[in-house]
Amino acid sequence: MTVKEIVKRYGNKRENLLQILHDLQNQSPQKYLNKKDLEILSEEMKIPLSDIVGTASFYSMFSFTPRGKYLIRICESPPCHLLGAPAIFKVIESKLGIKEGETTPDGLFTLEGTSCLGICGVAPAMMINEEAYGNLTEEKISQILDQIREKESKR
Amino acid sequence: MMVKKNIAQILVGIDSNTVLSGARKVKTKLITEISKQGLSDQIAVIETGSIGPVNKGVVIGIYPTGEIYGNMSEEDVAEFVQERLVKGRPYKKRLLPERLPLEVDLSTYDPRRTQYVGRIVLDNCGRINPEDIEEYIGVGGYEALGIALKEKTPQEIISLVRDSGLRGRGGAGFPTGLKWSFAAREKETPKYVICNADEGEPGTFKDRLIMEGDPHKILEGMAICGYAIGANTGYIYIRGEYQLSIQRLKKAIEDAEKLGLLGQNIFGTDFNFEVKIKIGAGSYVCGEETALLNSMEGFRGEPRLKPPYPAESGFLSKPTNVNNVETLANVAPIILKGAEWFRKFGTEDSPGTKVYTILGQINRPGLIEVPMGITLREIIYDYAGGISTGEFKMVQLGGTAGDILSAELLDLPLDYKSLQEVGHNLGSGAILIMNESVSVVDLLKCGMKFFVHESCGRCSVCRIGTRQMYESFQRLEKKIAYPDELENIEELAKGLKLTAFCPLGQSVATPVLSALKYFKAELSEGIKPHKIYKPAVRNQSRAEIIYS
Amino acid sequence: MINITINDRKIEVPEGTTILNAAKKVGINIPTLCYLEGLQEPGSCRMCVVEVEKAATLQPSCVTVVSEGMKIYTNTKRVREARKIILELLLSDHPWECNTCDRNQDCELQKLAEEHGIKEVRFQSVKERLPLDESTPGIVRDPNKCILCRRCVTVCQEVQEVTTLAPRARGFNTIIAPGAGDLLSEAVCVQCGQCSAVCPVGAISEKNDIDKVWEALDNPDKLVVVQTAPAIRAALGECFGLEPGTLVKGRMTAALRILGFDRVFDTNFAADLTILEEGTELLARLKKVLVEKDKKVALPMFTSCSPGWINYMEYFYPELIPNVSTCKSPQQMFGAIAKTYYADKIGKKKEDLVVVSVMPCTAKKFECEREEMKSSGVKDVDYVLTTRELGKMIKQAGIDFVNLPDEEMDAPLGISTGAADIFANTGGVMEAALRTVYEIVTGRELPFNGLHVTPIQGLAGVKEASLKIEGTKEEWRFLEGVVLNVAVAHGLGNAKKMIEELKSGKKQYHFVEIMACPGGCIGGGGQPRLTTDEVRKARIQAVYKEDEGREYRKSHENPALKVLYEEFLGEPLGERSHHLLHTKYFNKKDGTI
Repeated sequence: MTVKEIVKRYGNKRENLLQILHDLQNQSPQKYLNKKDLEILSEEMKIPLSDIVGTASFYSMFSFTPRGKYLIRICESPPCHLLGAPAIFKVIESKLGIKEGETTPDGLFTLEGTSCLGICGVAPAMMINEEAYGNLTEEKISQILDQIREKESKR
Repeated sequence: MMVKKNIAQILVGIDSNTVLSGARKVKTKLITEISKQGLSDQIAVIETGSIGPVNKGVVIGIYPTGEIYGNMSEEDVAEFVQERLVKGRPYKKRLLPERLPLEVDLSTYDPRRTQYVGRIVLDNCGRINPEDIEEYIGVGGYEALGIALKEKTPQEIISLVRDSGLRGRGGAGFPTGLKWSFAAREKETPKYVICNADEGEPGTFKDRLIMEGDPHKILEGMAICGYAIGANTGYIYIRGEYQLSIQRLKKAIEDAEKLGLLGQNIFGTDFNFEVKIKIGAGSYVCGEETALLNSMEGFRGEPRLKPPYPAESGFLSKPTNVNNVETLANVAPIILKGAEWFRKFGTEDSPGTKVYTILGQINRPGLIEVPMGITLREIIYDYAGGISTGEFKMVQLGGTAGDILSAELLDLPLDYKSLQEVGHNLGSGAILIMNESVSVVDLLKCGMKFFVHESCGRCSVCRIGTRQMYESFQRLEKKIAYPDELENIEELAKGLKLTAFCPLGQSVATPVLSALKYFKAELSEGIKPHKIYKPAVRNQSRAEIIYS
Repeated sequence: MINITINDRKIEVPEGTTILNAAKKVGINIPTLCYLEGLQEPGSCRMCVVEVEKAATLQPSCVTVVSEGMKIYTNTKRVREARKIILELLLSDHPWECNTCDRNQDCELQKLAEEHGIKEVRFQSVKERLPLDESTPGIVRDPNKCILCRRCVTVCQEVQEVTTLAPRARGFNTIIAPGAGDLLSEAVCVQCGQCSAVCPVGAISEKNDIDKVWEALDNPDKLVVVQTAPAIRAALGECFGLEPGTLVKGRMTAALRILGFDRVFDTNFAADLTILEEGTELLARLKKVLVEKDKKVALPMFTSCSPGWINYMEYFYPELIPNVSTCKSPQQMFGAIAKTYYADKIGKKKEDLVVVSVMPCTAKKFECEREEMKSSGVKDVDYVLTTRELGKMIKQAGIDFVNLPDEEMDAPLGISTGAADIFANTGGVMEAALRTVYEIVTGRELPFNGLHVTPIQGLAGVKEASLKIEGTKEEWRFLEGVVLNVAVAHGLGNAKKMIEELKSGKKQYHFVEIMACPGGCIGGGGQPRLTTDEVRKARIQAVYKEDEGREYRKSHENPALKVLYEEFLGEPLGERSHHLLHTKYFNKKDGTI
């Protein structure tokens, strides 16, 4: 959908801004808000560009830089931290060869830390895109990443 | 519309935790196996919300006998059906010590006894299919709304809620009836009811499981609140991460609208009420009610100045009542069963129950609902099955912004008043229990990293103070802290508590000050016992101070 | 009335008073950083916290309204310690470059640190340095010095409603940033500089051109002439501790001579010239619309003196381009005349003449860089200094400004009338124009007491006046009985409101004056800090006093102007005027002319 269509769908009232930004980002193949779209959005919603960028940048779910097809978000909050989140980070970092906030050169994975995902019952936990994974261990992570890689290589 | 009559029901807990372990697959397998045995007309397989135990894989329960099985895998199912359902023997391999909550017999109920298993908020969670409105109606759902609309005035509803003594379950514990009365007395319209489902406090996921397990109860509570304060629109502000909750709430809203339980002329009265969902975008501060309002309006989620309070000028500057998910889930039962009944649970000052998520180094982590006023010791040893490995060291009560308490407080009753008396708070309902392997500094550092990440940045003291405390905890961890590090941390924490813009900023001090109170000796180990040579020219910050 | 006690002293204050203002009445100045009088206070710096009996936490006094029986303590141990912590936190990441900072000894943070006895900062710096933003001609931003008080955001968003600046990211990473990028030049910024006028520290200031001016003064081959805007003389004294509203025209002239300027001229001369050109343009437009029914000529006509307004119009309302007077601003008219008429007169090459302006304005630095402002063949105005920069130059030269004797400006470009003085105020250009236009049309003086059009004076955001034209001269008969509707707006937020009403057809005017800054030029972005409404009123009063004390109070009476037209220009809107004194505008929305 074009920016105009999304705005039309919800209406150009300010209170719909976050939902519109969600939709804009979700439809972007690289899961980010690009400047061109935001400029059109500013025009359509009559909200100054600096205000839109200032608002979107407040929320951790929005990104202004392109991200990988698979967005890995590891919970860094205390319950997960105490049950091994730092080790999970290291495992993924070494397996993918990227650090927190980086994207693999093939554009497949982006690694991010996140605040509590609310699935502390299965800590340590992470989400890959909309999918949640819990009780993570080194083997489990390898399995998950390998599965994704395999799926992608078949494409 | 009653619960479908079968001899027995197998309840499969489908929530964000169990889905990860393959709960849906187990459910399908159960249906096929039961059908194979020709038991389909006697035993129903029912999808439900969280049954209680977490981190026990796929959890299923048997109604009415009450036993619970955990870590169920697809491979177990055939054997389970054979053993338990055909032969009638417990399937010991997967049997858990927890029991399904059954009906409460109030005549023998002692609010101080922890063997109590009745529930208010979670009553239907794990018993009914959250995606089937008929089942909710079958257990008395929407009856309270009918009674409210047809038999009671808004004023009577507010009085009832006030008499029940219900207090806000989001953390602050403000009397709910009083809050409603503020919004009710405003003349300006339209008014709004907002359900705060932006559960961001680390370690807390009770609201998620309530929404996943019994979404209609929240809608009913909102509608009753709307009737009481004179609002016709409700919003649920929910975290973007809570996909299953969003999905189930959306379905619940659709179903309720189809049956006329939401929408125009509810129960044939002239009361209209619609519920909409607003999805957050990742910000902890938005759990603070005025920040939530800013976020709902499409602005940066920074807290607003109070006064004016939301009751006076809230969403779009209109009178607004904001309640937490758990608070709203208490409403329908109170209307249905009365204030007197509600007050039989909990303590004089804090009636009712509290839902906790218990986590950490314990045998049975999970979601529990217990009366107000029971002690930490009871929770840890009676409900959580005691410490899993090692010795009890400390507990963080109420999430990352909660107090870090030592063993000496294990016998303190958990209710608003008792905690307040010793200078602590009940917080959000997360209880993190830790053994001696966890270092206080590590816990504080990790918690502070969270606050640095989540501080809205509006007021100086929280924006910079959290970061500087994080630096301090890093130094303590590396054992290179300044001799006056702890005094500085304490002063900083007190500064935050006294001057931060919003309650969340103020609460950053809570874990720090309580840790300093109970674990000072351990924290002191991080100090490097050397003299400081102060620079001769004082135009340098401490980064340049030289250590011997 | 509400009864309260502050530090155990009883006091009665009106309902709705904040603790901050109540404390002032008992002689207590509570420290503030983010507070901006009269604007929506963010209550975010937390410097102003005080103890209120029974409150569990300290209360921000700038936003807390008193209630009956309130007991307030402004100087307890808890309050002192809290303020100290806040200051130390703010200083922890603030560059310790006070000696070399633009705001040295004029910095609110520095002053508070001194007052609160900060001897050591216990917290170490953890922020990474960010690059300076020097991308625009008028304004420099140093994000490293920013303390995130958000005053700039408040004026940019709520007063000017331009919203160039907004807070970005959150928590410790929060910055104040322009548009969608990092540079002002890449954002929609009108260069009004109101942000720089409210910044408590050195995070936003005008681009410093002092050294370039020194260089020109030091160059023996150059003849350096200076023009000072009408608003300078009512504010420059504040740089030297004089009360707001002290007129310092004579001392300023003396100081400029001591600094080495070869000729001390006056923008006021060009202001009078503007009135003749603009007044004639208005009459010409009226004639075309009323008599010739020319559909291509647009009314109302808007003034064009304020470069901030011009930038704003080009970005946000380019459809108004036909409505805006083609007259250059007085600054640029001066430059064009100085480098042609005056240069010829004294036998200098225009290349050897340096024109320096002293302006209350940062947008003027932008204006003189515009490509259209080279009608003499070279840059018409070489350098623009703000009032604050001139104050600094005078200090650098060690001049005892306060005790200087008064001196007169040089002829002929230093000769002006009272009508030019009031250009400094909101409503002033309109009043000056009416003084001349009415007299041209009727041959009689403007029928207002003291020549003051009182409905368009003062600080109301949008002001209107109607003037019935009667007893016209023969050639202006078509105006007989016409009610001339005029309006005045100052501050771009107010301008926006007025323009929207015009566009909706709710209002109809013939002539509109717009000034980008609240109060007009006396409240400009380059004026001494801090311009409150009280300060604005004092400066405005001084300007009217100056006007009233003049021999000539109407632009067309300016004797030097008469000579200029006789010797050089011919007549208003003549061919030379057209070339030198008029300009064109650009649609910056989509980049077309």
